[in-house]
Amino acid sequence: MVEFFTNTYLGMFLVIVAQILALLVPLLVALAFLMYADRKIWAAVMMRRGPNVVGAFGLLQSFADFIKYMVKEVVFPAGADRAVFLLAPMISLVMALVAWAVIPFNDGWVISDINVAILYVFAVSSLEVYGVIMGGWASNSKYPFLGSLRSAAQMISYEVSIGLIIIGVIISTGSMNFGSIVQAQDGNYGLFSWYWLPHFPMLFLFFISALAETNRPPFDLPEAESELVAGYQVEYSSTPFLLFMIGELVAVVLMCALVSLMFFGGWLSPIPGLPDGILWMVLKMLFVFFMFSMVKAITPRYRYDQLMRLGWKVFLPMSLFWVVFVAFAAKFEWFWGAFARWG
Amino acid sequence: MEEMLREYLPILVFLGLAIAIGLVLILAAIVLAVRNPDPEKVSAYECGFNAFDDARMKFDVRFYLVSILFIIFDLEIAMLFPWAVAFQDISMVAFWSMMVFLGVLTIGFAYEWKKGALEWE
Repeated sequence: MVEFFTNTYLGMFLVIVAQILALLVPLLVALAFLMYADRKIWAAVMMRRGPNVVGAFGLLQSFADFIKYMVKEVVFPAGADRAVFLLAPMISLVMALVAWAVIPFNDGWVISDINVAILYVFAVSSLEVYGVIMGGWASNSKYPFLGSLRSAAQMISYEVSIGLIIIGVIISTGSMNFGSIVQAQDGNYGLFSWYWLPHFPMLFLFFISALAETNRPPFDLPEAESELVAGYQVEYSSTPFLLFMIGELVAVVLMCALVSLMFFGGWLSPIPGLPDGILWMVLKMLFVFFMFSMVKAITPRYRYDQLMRLGWKVFLPMSLFWVVFVAFAAKFEWFWGAFARWG
Repeated sequence: MEEMLREYLPILVFLGLAIAIGLVLILAAIVLAVRNPDPEKVSAYECGFNAFDDARMKFDVRFYLVSILFIIFDLEIAMLFPWAVAFQDISMVAFWSMMVFLGVLTIGFAYEWKKGALEWE
């Protein structure tokens, strides 16, 4: 029986499918409750009640929304290019999901343990911008078109600083594999061994860039209700719209996982002596997601010129400087080798 | 080759499953939901009047500038990746030549800034 799963192609294929489902099903179910948590936190900050009708405390709200989306009519706008119109939300969802193939949740708990993992995530998440551009173009309507241009420019602007911050982490580690990045943060001082301390300013830069990259408030110009109606999604309804929403939220949770792995030590325990494990990884991701929700609730929206100014004139020079700084600190062993963890 | 297949095959299967999920969701709505289009419903969204001329119109040249700048910096990041991975093994020459490259890039960036390519108002 064991030989069937290790030696035959069909057996290996079934094992892979089982592993992927073991990741995807909990992820998508968790997503429903994260959506609920997001709305509940937002409501609590505004002293509202939030969703509280469907199920106990409104816990089943997301599932009710899901059923509602499924039975809504799919409207194709008159001048739309139908193929591209449906392809756009597909790209948005598929690219957001596929990046999870290389994200580990515990030592060795990863679907595909490739050595270029972080480069792969960077590449796949930059393809998400095609969903936005194609959605806006295919709708053949002015609001989505303008909205998609602005979103695309916003996403690519912040990708540059995300890339440079990742370079700093790679210099410190000497590997692009997430397992190695987490191992490099293992030390005798618990949470003070993690990268957030030596790479402290970059933790904030990465977090804010992640907000802009995933079109979250305060950088939610794509859905700036008061100016662009809803940006590139205006003409979408039913499940194509749902795919955009899921894709966006999966990308947000992916960013939470990246912050946890790169700056908060992944599955390492914060206190020396306590066992490491998947629980720490999940708690760290939840903490980062809570910060995403709080930022949404307490900050006013940026104006577009402020957004571009912040991305190109503040974040880019800062992260470029940081790459040079980390390179020097690692090469010449400044700060007792805090930046050179490959030894 | 066998080893590489073993590492990358799960990604391919994952891609297939993700596409399947997306297709099932879209097809479900097309099959399940009523479809009852009328000219008003399918007309392009507009603000109080009928939509006129093509929506795929001319747009601001600054979007092109942003994308060109993005390509330059993304290529630079792509060049930095192998350098950063091999950082522990590289010689002083490799270290300083990358610093010179980053310096040249910074001069270009300063020039763009001075020229006003980054201004949005």
